[in-house]
Amino acid sequence: MEVEKKALVTKALSITYPNGVEGCKKVSIAVARNEVTAIIGPSGCGKSTFLKSLNRLNDEFGCVYEGSILLADGTNVLALNQYELCLLRGERVGYVMQKPVPFSGKTIRQDVTMPLRGINVTDKDEVNEKLRHALTRAALWDEVKDRLDNLSTSLSGGQQQRLCVARAIINAPEILLLDEPCSSLDPKATQLLESMILDLALDHTVIIVTHNMQQAQRVAARTAFLYEGELVEYDMTENIFSKPSEKLTRDYIVGKFS
Amino acid sequence: MIDKRIIIERLFSLVTSFFAMCVVVLTTFIIGLVLINGLDKLTWDFLTLPPTGTMDGGGILPIIEGTVMLVLLMSLISVPFGTAIALYLNEVSSKGAVYNYTMSSVRTLAAVPSIVYGLFGLAFFVNIMGGGLDFLFGYEERVFRERCLLWAAMTMGVLTLPINIIAVTEALKMVPQEQRHAGLCFGYTSWEVIKWIVFPQAKGGILTGLVLSVSRGAGEVAPILFVGVAYFIPNFSGELLDQFMYLGYHLYVLATQSPNVDETLPIQYSTTLVLLMLTFGFNSVGQYMRWKNRKKLQR
Repeated sequence: MEVEKKALVTKALSITYPNGVEGCKKVSIAVARNEVTAIIGPSGCGKSTFLKSLNRLNDEFGCVYEGSILLADGTNVLALNQYELCLLRGERVGYVMQKPVPFSGKTIRQDVTMPLRGINVTDKDEVNEKLRHALTRAALWDEVKDRLDNLSTSLSGGQQQRLCVARAIINAPEILLLDEPCSSLDPKATQLLESMILDLALDHTVIIVTHNMQQAQRVAARTAFLYEGELVEYDMTENIFSKPSEKLTRDYIVGKFS
Repeated sequence: MIDKRIIIERLFSLVTSFFAMCVVVLTTFIIGLVLINGLDKLTWDFLTLPPTGTMDGGGILPIIEGTVMLVLLMSLISVPFGTAIALYLNEVSSKGAVYNYTMSSVRTLAAVPSIVYGLFGLAFFVNIMGGGLDFLFGYEERVFRERCLLWAAMTMGVLTLPINIIAVTEALKMVPQEQRHAGLCFGYTSWEVIKWIVFPQAKGGILTGLVLSVSRGAGEVAPILFVGVAYFIPNFSGELLDQFMYLGYHLYVLATQSPNVDETLPIQYSTTLVLLMLTFGFNSVGQYMRWKNRKKLQR
């Protein structure tokens, strides 16, 4: 698989927790640029572990990695030192957590622009321009442009999650990782977030972990099915849901297990 | 027929209210007594003159100076150390066996009677450190190996250190873990997470905890009995290696050592009032900080 045509390629990626549990077993996957890729699978199959390993957030839990994670320019994420890793997370691979996490005591403006402090962007005009752009791309600008100095915690759940997306994309990362971003949202907020995800895929590569198979069908061009840490099948979403080649995938899709 | 559950509910309410009222009445009685008897003598001269005679006249200036100086020095020692240790324990160290052992040691130290700290200060600071410094500088006479303000401040610093650590740790724990994760997600280093995410949120709690622990230290007398407080020094020198007078100890002296205890009674009340004002002042600063920070977070 040619790395340069892909946004991200993992080669035989294995992740082991300190207690010896293998979160992922030799997962090889090539994520196409400017597309939405969904990772689906039953609870505990290693979806989130896999996603978090893509910008090495699992380091915090003392995980051990094997294999490689290559970005479009050939950078191996697993070979980065601590400083390079911070830059990667700040500028190249954004991450949105399952539940919205606005920062207490911060205004919407301060909250969204927090990542800019890490990379020393202090020019006021530049900060404001990035803020406007990020909030627009996160479909939040029209709702908050007149109250940027209100607390970010005053927003609704759906707005808070879109604020977190704005925060993750403020430095225009190539890749955006979304870990079940709609799990705590109502249907209307979910719909809004999904259309935003499709819009974001125009200039970002989006990898989304989801429990919701309908959601994967709605937003993802490709879907990967993980089971017990192993990649069972990875194909175009249409194929995965209409004519899966693996029995395990078929059983999961028809709801024989979840 | 009244339900048994309702009776228990009312009884519970009644008993807890009674005990709460006891505390209110007792506090009001003590403060009222001190105020009524202490206000008369609390004049400008009382606050700005040194004691005279057998301390049954004059004011309490050197005592206030000694107390303020001791509290300041104690804070300079315990606040930075306590904050740094709590930050390390809560934000940097892995929460393993060493962490658990350290935290349980800190909690045990916080419960050690203050007189034990006094004996520790005498043995460690005055004799070992002071003696060591005298030996190091080649002094034949005792210079450092004397009871003084420096060793008293260090002893009080050690006394308040575990309380500081616990206060700061509790404030840091109040910051949800996902806020830290969110910072790591967009590329902050651990230090940046502390500086820009954890500290602004925990600031109110940290400051409140520190002020309250310092005010607790300010009310302690037992530890400094062995390491620096003087019975009577008419003028406070401000030197680190000199002895000093202290409000709490001065009260003890007036009440037990004075040739005419009854004559010094008004001075005792006024001195108590000053000590209360000082500790209440610290507490009020802590409460104000907490209120201000909470207001900012809920704005």
